[in-house]
Amino acid sequence: MSDTYQKPQPVIDPGTKPFWDAAREHRLSIPRCNSCGQHHFYPRELCPHCHSDDLEWSDVSGKGEIYTFTIARKPAGPVFADDVPYVIAMIALDEGPRMLTNIITDDVEQVAIGDRVTVRYDDVTPELTLPKFTLDKD
Amino acid sequence: MAREAVIVGAGDVPLEDGKVVGGGSVLQVQARAAKAALDDARLSMGDVDGLLVAGLWGVPGPGLLPSVTLGEYLGIAPRFADTTNIGGSAFEAHVAHAAMAIEKGYCDVALIVYGSTQRSERSRTLGGRPSILTMQFENVWGIPQPVGGYAMAARRHMHEFGTTEEQLAEIAVATRKWASLNPAATKRDPITIYDVMNSMPIADPLKLLDCCLVTDGAGAIVMTTADNARAHGAKAIHLRGYGEAHTHWSIGTMPDLARLTAAEIASRHAFEMAGVSHDAIDLVECYDSFTITVLMTLEALGFCKPGEGGAFVSGQRTAPGGAFPLNTNGGGLSYCHPGMYGMFLLIEAVRQLRGEAGERQVDNVNTALVHGTGGTLSSGATVILANH
Repeated sequence: MSDTYQKPQPVIDPGTKPFWDAAREHRLSIPRCNSCGQHHFYPRELCPHCHSDDLEWSDVSGKGEIYTFTIARKPAGPVFADDVPYVIAMIALDEGPRMLTNIITDDVEQVAIGDRVTVRYDDVTPELTLPKFTLDKD
Repeated sequence: MAREAVIVGAGDVPLEDGKVVGGGSVLQVQARAAKAALDDARLSMGDVDGLLVAGLWGVPGPGLLPSVTLGEYLGIAPRFADTTNIGGSAFEAHVAHAAMAIEKGYCDVALIVYGSTQRSERSRTLGGRPSILTMQFENVWGIPQPVGGYAMAARRHMHEFGTTEEQLAEIAVATRKWASLNPAATKRDPITIYDVMNSMPIADPLKLLDCCLVTDGAGAIVMTTADNARAHGAKAIHLRGYGEAHTHWSIGTMPDLARLTAAEIASRHAFEMAGVSHDAIDLVECYDSFTITVLMTLEALGFCKPGEGGAFVSGQRTAPGGAFPLNTNGGGLSYCHPGMYGMFLLIEAVRQLRGEAGERQVDNVNTALVHGTGGTLSSGATVILANH
């Protein structure tokens, strides 16, 4: 798999490793602030809401709704050419934060803002799992 | 009496079909633009003791040090340097920073320079950022950069306010009309809303003619004290107010994709400093990386309410002869867009304020607002300029 997966892979660093490690185990884990109680994404060292450093990793539901999206009609480079048209969406997780992802669907035209979505893990290499989402209406 | 910083020079290099006439390296084209601006200011390179540079160029490796590199190339030893790079809005911020430096006495003559030869070199690389640090949460999804982020903002704006693709197309059509009056513009043939709507889909809902050009370009602005301007017989453009802000870099963390928060903050401070109302603004030059950028900027600047941008630009209100002259050189959409366009907003505002804009000159321009946007709707910088 890793020989054939040519798309960009995250250069994982100590601040982001827990997120990607969890994804490999098919969990969606993001930081939650013990001071203000809010989740955030992507993971930071200080809470972007209240700037506390009292954070912990927290598994979230993997459910949310589409906040906005675009359908790529031209690929982001040759490695995505075979996927066109494909959907890049910003999901508002039920726990609050938004995250960028792909929507896996056979019909990109039916994707709409407000659609309910659920995480689906795409094991693109033995080392890397990408948390993508599917439409609950699919 | 306190020192007042003013703009005294603006210069650029000739373009043909979006390429620098006669070619040249990224250093050469910046030197030419700098000389043009200094000639315009009736000053010489030897007078420059402040250098402000931002760009996409540089010798790869640890630290690009653009002012150090360009200062060496220009043969000067500035005692004030600023390489603030907040994207295409950097040059509006540079005007503010140069004003602060001049008024504090850190320098007497400030040169702000930008250049790019991306079209000639076919080297546009904005999409090529490595998937490190914050970008590891963006690149992996195949988001076309930067258009994908702007497309998501457009989609959200449409969802919240009912903005239509036709309304976005109005901006492209009006801007092209201005470009047809600018001999230096890359795209001068008239287009229609139908043409925009039927241009190549890129990232829904944005199509090819919603997107800025990819061209070369170089420009420079010279600032000094009002006293120095008077002594040299240069036409001074006064800086009435300025402000800047940035809110995010990754599109995934933009606070509200239907509102341009950076522009709201930047312009609020600029208006407060200038002490003028929107009615006092005769002309607006705002960054048009994409049609949606313009629509969201007009709302954020307060020329219309949030959500009313679509109606505001409808009926070709921003075209030549319209009620709201906007992006009178043809903008990034049709004049040129050499990667970081904010420099060219300033140059056009100076020319309009001086009455030197030729066929596209707007009548009775005494106060102009320039607003740059950088990154993916990330940063904003506003300057309010006046010729009196």
